[in-house]
Amino acid sequence: MKLKKGIPVIDQGDRLGFWGGKFGGNFVPETLKKPIEDLEIQFNRLKNDKNFIKERDKYFKNWIGTPTRFIKLNNLTKQVGGAQIWSKVVSDANGGAHKIYNATVHCLLAKRSGKKVIIGDTGAGYAGKMLSMAAKKFGLKCKIFMGAKDIKRQQPNVKAMKKNGADVIPVYSGSQTLVDAVSECMRFWVTNCDTTAMCVGSTVGPAIFVRICGWSTSQISRELKVQLINEFGEVPKKLKLYNCVGGGSSSFGFWNEFMDYNKKQVEFIGVEAGGPTKSKRHAAPLTYGSKIGILHGAAQYVNQNSDGQIEETESISAGLDYPGISPLHCFLKDTKRARYTAASDEEALKAYQIVTKYESLRPSLEPSHAFSVAIKEAKKLSKDTIVIINSCGDAYKDRGILEKKLGKKYVKSN
Amino acid sequence: MLNPISLAFKNAKKKKRPALLTYTVAGDSSKKQSLEILKAISNYADILEVGVPHNTPVADGGQIQTSAYRAIKNGIKMNDIFKIVSDFKKTKNSKPVILMGYYNMIYQYGENNFLKKCKKSEVNGLIVVDLPWPENKIFSKKCKKNEINFIQLLSPTTSNKRLKSITKDSHDMIYYISMLSTTGGKLKVSPKKILANYNKIKKISPKKNCVIGFGITEKTISKFKNTDGLVVGSQICKEITRSLNNRQNPVINVSKMVNKLRKKIS
Repeated sequence: MKLKKGIPVIDQGDRLGFWGGKFGGNFVPETLKKPIEDLEIQFNRLKNDKNFIKERDKYFKNWIGTPTRFIKLNNLTKQVGGAQIWSKVVSDANGGAHKIYNATVHCLLAKRSGKKVIIGDTGAGYAGKMLSMAAKKFGLKCKIFMGAKDIKRQQPNVKAMKKNGADVIPVYSGSQTLVDAVSECMRFWVTNCDTTAMCVGSTVGPAIFVRICGWSTSQISRELKVQLINEFGEVPKKLKLYNCVGGGSSSFGFWNEFMDYNKKQVEFIGVEAGGPTKSKRHAAPLTYGSKIGILHGAAQYVNQNSDGQIEETESISAGLDYPGISPLHCFLKDTKRARYTAASDEEALKAYQIVTKYESLRPSLEPSHAFSVAIKEAKKLSKDTIVIINSCGDAYKDRGILEKKLGKKYVKSN
Repeated sequence: MLNPISLAFKNAKKKKRPALLTYTVAGDSSKKQSLEILKAISNYADILEVGVPHNTPVADGGQIQTSAYRAIKNGIKMNDIFKIVSDFKKTKNSKPVILMGYYNMIYQYGENNFLKKCKKSEVNGLIVVDLPWPENKIFSKKCKKNEINFIQLLSPTTSNKRLKSITKDSHDMIYYISMLSTTGGKLKVSPKKILANYNKIKKISPKKNCVIGFGITEKTISKFKNTDGLVVGSQICKEITRSLNNRQNPVINVSKMVNKLRKKIS
């Protein structure tokens, strides 16, 4: 298995949509073959269309508010003592997280294909919130599928979705989290694919959704590269990019532009959700050696039992609480381009406390996982190493959990 | 010699009626009971689809999901499913069996192992919901080698070009999904339109036995008498759930229902 240089990773799949010959693909019911093929044709045409890119960039700039900040965390750097710690504050983006890029692109595509309704899944509620925002912006009706358990624990985002006029449809089957929300969303699409566009909330699902999402979030690393050159005059000689990995959309987008650099110069570190310290359940299929299986239309490393039933996961972070992982990350793992590890619930909470104590930055529980590992590793790194953490979500949505776990003082009101 | 599935169609045709195919989930509500149900309904049905329960079923509606989750909760494993089929096949009036499920279950078992086990337990056909054409080309060839029917699915969204390629690569039986829906959806397309599509398929591929599934219930089944075969699934699963909720015997109730279905197309 080899990563090719000079070709975007999203375009390195084979004719059937497999990366490295075995990750991804299109394991879908016959009914979805046609709408997926239509979307493939549309996307392959538009991704190189100057007008479309211009339109995308216009909305990215004027509506999403790119570029998001790239800042040095001076206090944290001093406190940790080691590498320079920086952050790409993607939570600056309109709506408060990276999910807005994919949502916007899907709405632009839906609009062009004449669809009037767009549906999507959500875990932490960010993908849903952003899709509801974008749908409103572009005049599309919107339905969001969300696990009943997640609806309970991510109320601020649920409220936001409803405020944007979206129907939030609770999913009661299985573990009542993201995995079931994605299944239910796909089921709805099977029934309504003639009138409805589907947006998959991460770099997961049938190959075309992996590609569209990766293409959209790559905005993050495009900006970062420019910001690095502005700051350092070049892409630093020792650069480490830390990102949490649930489905894998923010991390892929954070890394994509640096794919062709030698990993000794630009290293990618993906941090999965290890779950509660004493629990055997986790949402870290790459870290803990899960077997390849099929989930939501794609072959990937996935938590499952010996029969092939998908296993429930457990994580404090709803956005990472997913038993599978993007085929892109399976590919990056097996080609050894990226390194993957996990942080536990407790470690993520601890990192959140440290970051908020020293910096005026409030990463949500998802990027707190990445901060945890970055802080630990930065200690041992030289001062000329640049560590960057993608702070891809804001903790506002987590206030309920944070208040419960850490007490009121960690929850600022806004 | 005709394979058992084709023979079942031929026998139904002799009686000038479509073949009746039923779908029940293996292990619903228990291993023993699902076997009893198969035994009871094979008095009336011609071909039995046995569902392999999966916990992330992207094409199944509420009723089949409920059955599948119930079976999984009761501890059903892949090997139990093979056992149910082989036990059923030992009974006097057994009928052809088609296993229907999602590809991950086969993938984890190993394609070759899975087929070996199918052959040993006398499974006659396979429907893999999420392994469409052309992704299924290699696997369907393997099935053929093992004398197992790989049943291709067609849907209203299947283009004419695809239709031709898929039917060309299909074995003796094909399955037409009546409408855009998960299983258990209410029939939202007119029977006339469904039959028009059915006839289009038959014109392209007259020798293959084509069944219609999705939305077929006691209410709708008699409208499709002039077809090769009809599949009823969700309504049966729903009946099992209803019986359990009312503390009635699902074996008796389901077998009554299948008897009625059969009468409606006879």
